[in-house]
Amino acid sequence: MRILGALQLDHAAARLGGRLIWTEVDLEVQEGEFVAILGPNGAGKSTLLKALLGVVPLAEGSVRVFGRPVRRGSDEIGYLPQRRRFDPDLRIRAVDLVRLGLDGERWGMSLPSPAKTNRVAEMVELVGAAAYQDRPIGELSGGEQQRILIAQALVSGARMLALDEPLESLDLNNQQAISELIRSICQTRGVTVLLVAHDINPILPFVDRVVYVAGGHVLSGKPQEVIRTETLTALYGTPVEVLHTSDGRIVVVGQYEPVTHHPDDH
Amino acid sequence: MPEPGPSWDVVADIQLLLQFHFMQNAFLAGTLVALLAGTAGYFVVLRGQSFAAHMLSQVGFPGAAAGVLVHVSPVLGLIVFCVGAAVGIAAIGREVDAGQRLESAAIGSILAFSLGLGFLFVRLYGGSAQGIYAFLFGTILGITDRDVQLTFAVALVTIASLAAIGRPLMFASVDPDVAQARGVPVRMLSLAFLLILALSVAITVQIVGTLLIFALLVAPAASALQLTARQGRGIALSVALSLAFTWLGLALAYFTNVPVGFFITTLAFVFYLAVRLVKTRRTVVAPA
Ligand SMILES: Nc1ncnc2c1ncn2[C@@H]1O[C@H](COP(=O)(O)OP(=O)(O)OP(=O)(O)O)[C@@H](O)[C@H]1O
Ligand SMILES: [Mg+2]
Repeated sequence: MRILGALQLDHAAARLGGRLIWTEVDLEVQEGEFVAILGPNGAGKSTLLKALLGVVPLAEGSVRVFGRPVRRGSDEIGYLPQRRRFDPDLRIRAVDLVRLGLDGERWGMSLPSPAKTNRVAEMVELVGAAAYQDRPIGELSGGEQQRILIAQALVSGARMLALDEPLESLDLNNQQAISELIRSICQTRGVTVLLVAHDINPILPFVDRVVYVAGGHVLSGKPQEVIRTETLTALYGTPVEVLHTSDGRIVVVGQYEPVTHHPDDH
Repeated sequence: MPEPGPSWDVVADIQLLLQFHFMQNAFLAGTLVALLAGTAGYFVVLRGQSFAAHMLSQVGFPGAAAGVLVHVSPVLGLIVFCVGAAVGIAAIGREVDAGQRLESAAIGSILAFSLGLGFLFVRLYGGSAQGIYAFLFGTILGITDRDVQLTFAVALVTIASLAAIGRPLMFASVDPDVAQARGVPVRMLSLAFLLILALSVAITVQIVGTLLIFALLVAPAASALQLTARQGRGIALSVALSLAFTWLGLALAYFTNVPVGFFITTLAFVFYLAVRLVKTRRTVVAPA
């Protein structure tokens, strides 16, 4: 018998509003891997994360996390949803938001607990957010909010991070800093990372594997195997070209058509 | 009121205030409503549901009118309408990912429709709307012992329920997507909160009046949230402000013969305005 990895999807399909988003997805991620999830808008990247969180039930197939069928509410997965920013008027301290990640789902009043306070402080420290932890979350910058949210995702002892576009709307320095932070968490704590991104370049040096979602299907492998003209053209079903710039960046061109694939229509 | 005016002797003033049974009841009921509204109001403002609170304190009118029309008690009509409205908002209003646009549109539509119904009921009833309005505006100076007991029960139930669901409700309010992924029943909590609000409003409205309950549900909590971003302190401050406005309003009304509602709403509004002005100046003068 094979040892089960961190994440395993078998013949999985997801349906939203009566439409198949992707089908026949087979995917396996090992514990401690840093995986980038790429693909055009609307391809179903966020849906993939929601499926492994148990928020979106599969239409077909199965998904297992650490060998067990998924269930909503598991504290093994830390989730950072795709979002704009917090409302600037939201007047809740950043550190309280991290604390909610620890025991926010429990009923009853939250009583003072030094152990929990320490745990929260440790995570805030880890992501380098101690300086602004007492400020209202709405007043923080995008990068500061992302750090707080990563601390929130980690605080319950998650072994897997499902991060939906954590680098969005960050400047280059912050993209770099947050990517390095996530990489170091992945390496030092053995946390499995699934990170949705639109631009592979800031994370290219760190990723073990990319998962490409397009055209209703999913392809995974090493970055250099997947992000190639022939592979992506086959996946998209329309001509796509992968260019390598002189400074080592990868650019995917030709994805002009927003991919709205309807496997039902065949 | 032909009572002697206030002096600067606080103890004597308080004795003066509480010499009559109706004033003792007014203070008791006012205190309970302030506790309830200060606590629930914190979540109302945090969740951006001031409009929902406004609506719940208004749908009592058609509810009471319907109760009178079909010859059941107006209180029952009130409760049915408030609860119905709460379920209505929860049903059409708030999806996990949706913003509050849908919700406020739903509230606006339900509110207008229910006021229309109210006028229809009053016409069908054939009587004047006077009695129904009087019922809705309560008379805090005419509170019976039974009213005080009822208010006590409502305050107790409301605060206890909020204590029970407070933490996940907070999670669902500030971060619904993560809360949902962590197993918090976001939609169910949203409905539960509206129901708690609806029931407590329905029962207290006829005792202290629409105006008072709405004023205490929003302004004190809004001020408190401006002053602190800590949850515990925020709730405590919201309650403390509600109590202060209510007590002060009752005392001022007693000594001046101006309606209580005017003083409480004015105190709450002026304080909120002051907090906002100070905050705005601080951010303009010293961008920290
Ligand atoms: N609740 C829903 N009902 C119906 N369709 C939905 C729903 N949610 C998402 N979709 C559709 O599912 C598809 C996949 O959405 P998803 O959010 O997973 O895409 P994505 O790859 O994350 O896109 P982006 O890069 O824009 O974030 C989209 O076409 C979207 O319109
Ligand atoms: Mg997405």
